[in-house]
Amino acid sequence: MNENTQTANIEVEQNSDIIQITDMHKWYGDFHVLKNITLQVKKQERIVICGPSGSGKSTLIRCINRLEEHQKGKIVVDGIELTNDLKNIEKIRAEVGMVFQHFNLFPHLTILDNLTLGPIWVRKTPRAEAEDTAMYYLEKVRIAEQAKKYPGQLSGGQQQRVAIARSLCMKPNVMLFDEPTSALDPEMVKEVLDVMISLANDGMTMIVVSHEMGFARSVAHRVLFMDYGEIVEGNTPQAFFDNPQHDRTKLFLSQILD
Amino acid sequence: MEDNSQQQDTSTVKPPVTSVGAIGWVRTNLFNGPFNSLLTLGVLYLLWISVPPFVRWAFVDSVWMTDYMACRNIDGACWSVIPANLRFIIFGFYPHDLQWRPLLAMIILVVMLFYSQDRKRWKKSLLYLWGVALVIMGLLMKGGVPGLTPVESSQWGGLPLTLLLSVFGLASAYPVGIILALGRQSKMPVIKSLCVVYIELIRGVPLISLLFMSSVVFPLFLPEGVTVNAILRAQVAIIMFTAAYIAEVVRGGLQGMNKGQYEAADALGLNYFQTMRLIILPQALKIVIPPSVSILISAFKDTSLVVIIALYDLLKTTQSTLSDPKWMGFSAEAYIFVALIYFVCCFFMSNYSRRLEQELNTDL
Ligand SMILES: Nc1ncnc2c1ncn2[C@@H]1O[C@H](COP(=O)(O)OP(=O)(O)O)[C@@H](O)[C@H]1O
Ligand SMILES: [Mg+2]
Repeated sequence: MNENTQTANIEVEQNSDIIQITDMHKWYGDFHVLKNITLQVKKQERIVICGPSGSGKSTLIRCINRLEEHQKGKIVVDGIELTNDLKNIEKIRAEVGMVFQHFNLFPHLTILDNLTLGPIWVRKTPRAEAEDTAMYYLEKVRIAEQAKKYPGQLSGGQQQRVAIARSLCMKPNVMLFDEPTSALDPEMVKEVLDVMISLANDGMTMIVVSHEMGFARSVAHRVLFMDYGEIVEGNTPQAFFDNPQHDRTKLFLSQILD
Repeated sequence: MEDNSQQQDTSTVKPPVTSVGAIGWVRTNLFNGPFNSLLTLGVLYLLWISVPPFVRWAFVDSVWMTDYMACRNIDGACWSVIPANLRFIIFGFYPHDLQWRPLLAMIILVVMLFYSQDRKRWKKSLLYLWGVALVIMGLLMKGGVPGLTPVESSQWGGLPLTLLLSVFGLASAYPVGIILALGRQSKMPVIKSLCVVYIELIRGVPLISLLFMSSVVFPLFLPEGVTVNAILRAQVAIIMFTAAYIAEVVRGGLQGMNKGQYEAADALGLNYFQTMRLIILPQALKIVIPPSVSILISAFKDTSLVVIIALYDLLKTTQSTLSDPKWMGFSAEAYIFVALIYFVCCFFMSNYSRRLEQELNTDL
C-alpha cells in the first residue's frame, strides 16, 4: 500500500527528501492509531492528506513536529532524527511551521507580538528586525493594517491568515496545515486558501490536511488518502481523483464530492 | 403601569412615563410586587431604628480632641482616644523621637505602590527602583548607619509592622505559589508529589498553628545561641501559608487554559520556561485575578494573627492602648478606627484588581 506514495511522479527542484518517515507506528494506549506509515517528502513538494474523521491525519502530521510522540519506526526531518532529545525537538519545531484548525493565536498579545514572539525568543532576532519581518509577512497575507489589534478583534479568516504569517516569520522549511479552513465560515475559506496558494507559488514545502478538493487538485503534487491509521493510497491529483485504486478511496471520494 | 403602556402608540420610542424619573426608579426597583414592597418597608424600618442613633453617637454627642476626663460624662463616642494615642497605635514601641523614620518608610512604600500601579511602568527599571526603595526603607527602620541610631526589630510595631508583614508576605507568596502550582502540574513524579504534599499539608492546618510552630517549634531545631528574628519567622509562616492557597488558585487558572495554546507555543519551538512565562502564565494569571485578590485580602487581614506570638502589629497596639486604665471602655471607637485602616487597604487592593482586569481584557 506504500508503493504508490514512494513512486509518486512529481517534479520538484531538488530531489532531496526533507521528511523521511519509515515504518512508523503510534499507539494511544492500546489503540493503534498510526500503522506502518512510510512517507517521503521532497523539498518544495506539496502534499494534501485527506480521509475520514478519526483516520489519524492530524496525528500523523503532529508526529512530524513531535506534538505527538511515535513509538516505533523512524522520522527524520531536515536531516535530524526525532528522538527524545529536547534540543533536537526544539530545533525541528523552529524549522517546521504549523497551522491549526482553530488558529491558536495568543489572545493576550497583539497581532504584531504574536508574530515576533517566535523569532525574538527562539531565533534571538533583534526586535526591530523581527518587527520588519512580521510586517513583511502581514503584508503578504494582506492584513498589515491590523498589526496593533488583538486576535479577538479579528474575523476567523483574518485570524487564520495571521496564524500562517506567524509560522512564516520563523522562516520554516516545511509548513504543516491541519484542516486550516474547516473551522471557518464558508465566505472566509477562499481568503485563506488564496494565501496558501501564493505560499505554494513561492516554493514552500507543504503538507496539508484538508478536504478542499479544488485546492488539492490545483496545488498538490500528491494527494494521500488515509483510513484507519494507514495511508491507503497516494497519487498525483489527476490520477487520484479520476482513477482511484481502492474501494475505500472511491467510497470516500463519492461521499465528499457530493 | 400596564394600562399606561397599552394606551401608548406602538410606534413611539419613548418608554412609558412610569418607568422614568425618580418615581419610576422607585417603583421598578423597590415596589415591584408585594414581596419586594414588604422587603423595602422592612429594610426602611431597620434603617430608621439603627442609623439615627449611630449618627447621634458618632457625630452629634461625640468628642474628638479632649483628654480622657472629658469622655467620662458623655453619651456619644469618645474619638479622643485616637488622637491621644495615635503615635502608639501607629508606631508601637518604636522610640518616640525616631518615629519619623517608620513614617517616612511608609510614605516611600505607599508612593512606590501607587507609582507601580501603571502597567506602562512595569519594566526592569521598576524592579531596580524597588530594590533601592527596599534598601532605604530597611535602613530607615533598622538604622545602624552613621546618622541613624539602630532600632532593634523587637521595637517595631503598629502599622509599619502590619504593612511589612503583608506587603512582603503577599509579594513573596505569589511567586512561590506560582512555582508550587507549576510543580503540581509537573510530569516529574517526585516534584509533583512534593508539591501536592506541601500544598495539602499547609492547607490542612490553620495559620495560627503555623505561627506557633514558627515561634515555638522551629527554634528547637536551631543550634544553641542561634536565633532567627521573630518578625522573620512570622513572615516566613505567612508566606508559606498564603503560597499554598495561591498555588491552588493558579492551578485552577492553568487548567482553564486551552490545549491549543501549549501546542502553538510548542510548534514555534519555545521551551518550557518560555511557554510558561510568555504564553500560559500571562493568560492563566489574568483569569485568576479575582480569586487571587480574595486570597491576598484575607491574607492581609490574617497578618493580625501575629499578636499571638507577641508581635505588636496594628491590632495589638490598639488593644494595648485600650488596656490603659485611662482609656478603658472606648474600644468601639478604637476598633472602628483600626477597621477603617484595614478597609482602606483592602478596598485599594480590590479596586486596583478590578482596574487591572479591565486593562488586561483583550477579547473585546
Ligand atoms: N490524545 C489522544 N488520546 C487517545 N486517542 C486519541 C487522541 N488523539 C486522537 N485520538 C484518536 O486517534 C484517532 C485519530 O485521531 P486524529 O489524528 O485526530 O484523526 P483525524 O485528524 O484524521 O480526524 C481518533 O480515533 C481519535 O479519537
Ligand atoms: Mg484532525
